[in-house]
Amino acid sequence: MDLTAIQPAILIASLMVSSTPILLAALGEMVVERAGVLNLGVEGMMITGAVAGFAVAINSGSPALGFLGAAAAGAALSLAFAVLTQLLLSNHVATGLALTLAGLGLSALVGKPYEGMKAPSLPKLDLGPLAEIPFFGRVLFSHDVMVYLSLALVAGVWAFLRYTRAGLILRAVGESAEAAHALGYHVIRVRILAILFGGALAGLGGAYISLVRVPQWTEGMTAGAGWIALAIVVFASWRAGWVLVGAYLFGGVTVLQLNLQAAGAAVPVALLSASPYLVTILVLVIISARGLQGAPAALGRSFHASG
Amino acid sequence: MHRRTLLSTAAALAMGLGLPAAAQDDPMKIGFIYVGPIGDGGWTYTHNQGRLAVEEHFGDAVETVYQESVPEGADAVRAMTQMALSGADMIFATSFGYMDQVLEVAEKFPEVKFEHATGYKRADNVSTYSARFYEGRAVQGHIAGRMTDTNVIGYIASYPIPEVIRGINSAYIHAKKANPDVEFRVVWAYTWFDPAKEADAATALIEQGADVILQHTDSTAPLAAAEAAGDVIGFGQASDMAEYKPSPRVSSILDIWGPYYIDRIQAAMDGTWESQDTWHGIGDGMVGIGEITDAVPAEVREEALALKESIASGEYHPFTGPINRQDGSPWLADGETADDGTLLGMDFYVEGLTGEIPN
Repeated sequence: MDLTAIQPAILIASLMVSSTPILLAALGEMVVERAGVLNLGVEGMMITGAVAGFAVAINSGSPALGFLGAAAAGAALSLAFAVLTQLLLSNHVATGLALTLAGLGLSALVGKPYEGMKAPSLPKLDLGPLAEIPFFGRVLFSHDVMVYLSLALVAGVWAFLRYTRAGLILRAVGESAEAAHALGYHVIRVRILAILFGGALAGLGGAYISLVRVPQWTEGMTAGAGWIALAIVVFASWRAGWVLVGAYLFGGVTVLQLNLQAAGAAVPVALLSASPYLVTILVLVIISARGLQGAPAALGRSFHASG
Repeated sequence: MHRRTLLSTAAALAMGLGLPAAAQDDPMKIGFIYVGPIGDGGWTYTHNQGRLAVEEHFGDAVETVYQESVPEGADAVRAMTQMALSGADMIFATSFGYMDQVLEVAEKFPEVKFEHATGYKRADNVSTYSARFYEGRAVQGHIAGRMTDTNVIGYIASYPIPEVIRGINSAYIHAKKANPDVEFRVVWAYTWFDPAKEADAATALIEQGADVILQHTDSTAPLAAAEAAGDVIGFGQASDMAEYKPSPRVSSILDIWGPYYIDRIQAAMDGTWESQDTWHGIGDGMVGIGEITDAVPAEVREEALALKESIASGEYHPFTGPINRQDGSPWLADGETADDGTLLGMDFYVEGLTGEIPN
């Protein structure tokens, strides 16, 4: 066993890359749930974003346009969910599951001509001398723009929910739609906007897989990342900062266990493979024990002004 | 009706064979059950290529139907029962995990012929078939051993089942012969198909010094990771993965099911179909070696092709002694070759491999 072969700086840099898709998707879903909507269609929106981002990037030659296209496609799919659950008052859980199935099927169909093609790569930001700093240069200053954008979004969402009036309204809608309605806020509009934001971020997360992390299009390539993102939201007790911790923890343990295997660590492989799930569940239990769970009170409940 | 009679008569003439009366009235209906999507670029993709070869060969004499992404377990019973009820004469179930379900459905439909890939349970109307992928792994191992500069070869394994372990052993034995300093690092991904995880596994191996990546998972993600890293080579798995030519993909192991499917369907048409077990390799054409690209020096390519030929002709068996088990106890004496029974149940590493096989 040669653990010295694992270099911490490279390890941390890789875990940031492998965590970014679930971080983006989980952050979006967190906002959706804070508005009182449970959208289980994250996997479907991610895979839609993955194929749309890939297709746009190939056709335009620009990864940046690819990511925009992915966000638009994710938001468009989530709009279907928004119309069904908010205007037609369908059940959140059933509609979300249907969204996942629809997304998987649709992406397979759309993606057929793109199998085996190579996407234009997203260049790493050139931060000049910063990237030369030992350790921190590799960890912090040698990534592509999406990694920084995802971190900025975490900070932005945190500040939005905590300090802005709009954020307060969104939380009010999620805690008690009736009270928010009585105060004159447009519950349905707020929820639809939240759903679109969640869809766009899930789309970005999917595109990060197909354009950066893998990078290629393969049918079903998100392989359950959307479900992990949903779990991370619960793990994070609906807080932006904890979403970041959860996503990096999950991604980090995943990368770490693969590195430990590659280094020939004398730990049973079955335990290593299960470790991302075990560690995440463990932390979830600890957090719950501290009484920090705080699910939005109106989560998953349909609202109608007549109610 | 006239047109249909004409077509089937033409088809019968084209084959120049006396078909049983039933087959002249209707095309023979063949069902395929797939474990993944036909667009996976690997295992299921190659089985579907086999189905397309059947259609091309028999034309209107057959009608094929397939169902994708059928989970192993109770759903497979439903899918196969539905196919049998809707008139399928023959059903190919193309994943190991359908084994008990195939037998269950086969018992209910004694007139329908079943072919089960990679399984070992048979019945009067159930045959099994698989390919000797380890023969291809030997050629791959040789190229890997000759091509590595760091002497570290990364291997992305899926599940600890005999087929995967055979592949690791075969690749290792031949890499070691080509380069005595070679070292294998095996990562168990516990998935057949998860591009993101496969890419992470490849990246982890590359970061720890591997400059050759072998994979027993189905997506092209490890090749994409190898390309991104630069100076790292890999191989196509199951299908050619030609889009990564000439490098990082320097060669590939191909699963070629079409000829077998055509043979078995022909046998069913002729009335000579019998339950049997088939395990074909390079020599029978079920395992192919994809083009070895110019990224490989001519000398190494010649050696690899010679190795392939000697395996194909039966002159050389990839598991020829002396070979010891990992713990140093003797397995094969000098010149002795492994028997199929041991290979089919292989659950141990050969000497020189490090790490443990998870159970």
